Amino acid sequence: MAMVKKVYAMEDLDCANCARKMQDAVNKLDGVESCEVNFMLQKMTLEFDEDSHDKVIKQVKKCVRRVEPDCTVLFD
Amino acid sequence: MKLTHKQKKMLIRIISALVLLAAAMVISHIVTLPKAALVVIFLIPFAIAGYDVVFKAVRNIGHGQVFDENFLMTVATIGAMIIGEYSEGAAVMLFYQVGELFQSIATAKSRRNIAELMDIRPDSAVVLRDGERKELHPSEVNIGELIEVRPGEKVPLDGIVVDGESTLDTSALTGESLPGEAVAGTEILSGCVNLSGTITVKVQKPFGESTVSKILELVETASSKKARTENFITRFARIYTPAVVGAAVLLAVIPPLVTGSGWAMWITRALTFLVVSCPCALVISVPMSFFGGIGGASKQGILIKGGNYMETLAKANTIIFDKTGTLTKGSFSVARVDPYGCEESELIKLAALAESESNHLIAKSLVEKAQEMGIEPLEVEDYHEIAGKGVSCTLNGRKICAGNFDFIAESCQTVTQERIGIGSDLRALAVLSKTVNEGTVVYVSCDGKFMGALEISDMLKSDSAKAIKSLKSMGIKTIMLTGDNNAAAKSAAQGLEIDELHAELLPEQKVEYAEEIISQANGATAFVGDGINDAPVLSRADVGIAMGAAGSDAAIEAADIVLMNDNPSAIAEAIKISKKTIRIVYQNISFALGIKAVVLVTSALGFTNMWLAVFADVGVAILAILNAMRAGRVKK
Repeated sequence: MAMVKKVYAMEDLDCANCARKMQDAVNKLDGVESCEVNFMLQKMTLEFDEDSHDKVIKQVKKCVRRVEPDCTVLFD
Repeated sequence: MKLTHKQKKMLIRIISALVLLAAAMVISHIVTLPKAALVVIFLIPFAIAGYDVVFKAVRNIGHGQVFDENFLMTVATIGAMIIGEYSEGAAVMLFYQVGELFQSIATAKSRRNIAELMDIRPDSAVVLRDGERKELHPSEVNIGELIEVRPGEKVPLDGIVVDGESTLDTSALTGESLPGEAVAGTEILSGCVNLSGTITVKVQKPFGESTVSKILELVETASSKKARTENFITRFARIYTPAVVGAAVLLAVIPPLVTGSGWAMWITRALTFLVVSCPCALVISVPMSFFGGIGGASKQGILIKGGNYMETLAKANTIIFDKTGTLTKGSFSVARVDPYGCEESELIKLAALAESESNHLIAKSLVEKAQEMGIEPLEVEDYHEIAGKGVSCTLNGRKICAGNFDFIAESCQTVTQERIGIGSDLRALAVLSKTVNEGTVVYVSCDGKFMGALEISDMLKSDSAKAIKSLKSMGIKTIMLTGDNNAAAKSAAQGLEIDELHAELLPEQKVEYAEEIISQANGATAFVGDGINDAPVLSRADVGIAMGAAGSDAAIEAADIVLMNDNPSAIAEAIKISKKTIRIVYQNISFALGIKAVVLVTSALGFTNMWLAVFADVGVAILAILNAMRAGRVKK
């Protein structure tokens, strides 16, 4: 397990309660050590297992889409 | 106020829906329409105002988001229409959208305010590379390269000035408005603004480790260290919505079954519950207040590493100060020279020569002073150091003594009793000893003749007294811990009116004393130090505050609150900002919960309607956001 911590910008994060829900959902994912969604800065800080990078990112995207479909995390 | 494209579109929808709704209400009043026609004329403004809400509700159910705000609004408004409250359903949806729009504008405004506070990040650096000027992003510049900074530009990277001179505005870093001089050899920090002349700077740190990056990183990550109130709100939000929705279901079903009264009435009341079931006002405004407070403080050179520290600092009732470097300037220098019957330079020379072998800080400051004056160091013989008293040595056959009052009085007596008569000399000594300020006085004698005295002091900072005074006016107990001798510490403490003083402490004793004070205090205890060798105490106190940390990585690392400038009065400022922020947080919590509770109770009893419920939802959120924005406002 190689944990890395990265910060991603987010777009169209309009609802603070959704930000909290996203954070809760992502924190429960396998391979995610910690996640913090900052509503004010529109940023997601993600600490995750780099070995399963693609899988984690895919799942995070799914979580975000489920809570607020208009919101996107800029992973690139 | 500039609206985004999305907000403008919403505004147009709101206005058209409003016009159509008004028209529909007028028509339905004047003519009696069949039910189908009524549905149609109210459904049009409803759809214009809320089609996206309904759409999102349906879509999000597919994602398993049952307690989604959109879903609850949709159920509430469509439910109202089904039971025949057409105008109510349409109007509530419209009102909700107005609230959402205001909320989005207020959030954007607050985000912009914070972005402005953090607008210290330099975008580019002009590098002198391969004989050319190249404009690059600061992160592309290497250590050791030369960069050029013109007047009006931000210094992009930490470095040393190699050419040119200018004045620098450091207010973005330290909150201090006084500009600082920069000449060749001056170390300068990124984030300063160059005011007057073009300077060439040799880069010393990569962008990621430069001061400006460190500050921004610290402020941005501050929000991850959450205050207890914030954690409480997060936990509360998790159970609030399901609880209110559950109550709504019970309210719709149980009273009609028990009392046999009409279903419509109870369902309307239950729908009202759904409208107030979003905890948005709290979830937005509490972190926003902390964020604003932290941002506003950073504007004044006060970096707070998290909302939790703000919370503790607001409750602090004891503050422990380290003396040297915190309340005093931390550098010893000769503050006063009082020769007695000889030249000033002669006195300095004798004192410096006598002390030249000593490693004591005071001795070093004397030697430095002599060097400044161009006095040549000479070999001395027969050097003796008498612990706690002074030193003696022989220079060209003359016996020189330097030390404290008793030591010199004694040396004058033994050697000169018969030759000169000690009367006049000792009177001089007595006079000098009375006019001592806060420093340490070194008395000098030569061949038993009193030569005069020098005062070496670590000067108090100009605003230390003010700082202590304003802390005391807040009812905070101030304590000073120092390794210095009792006399020097006492005089410093007196000048400052410090409540308690512990002097002559070894470093490990400082930790012990601090721990004792922390465990005995009934409130929170803060420790203020310069961060150089008090890291253990900084981490043990409830809140560790490091001073004058601009450029000191170690201090920034160890402390919970970092004062970029050197002014102890910033501590009082930090406490004020923290208290204000906490006050705003509590106002918002009690306001939002209070209004929601009142609306829930009165709707259950049938005194209020859905309109008021929408206000309790979005209206309260807007007011809470506006209140939260106050936290970031700083007096300049």
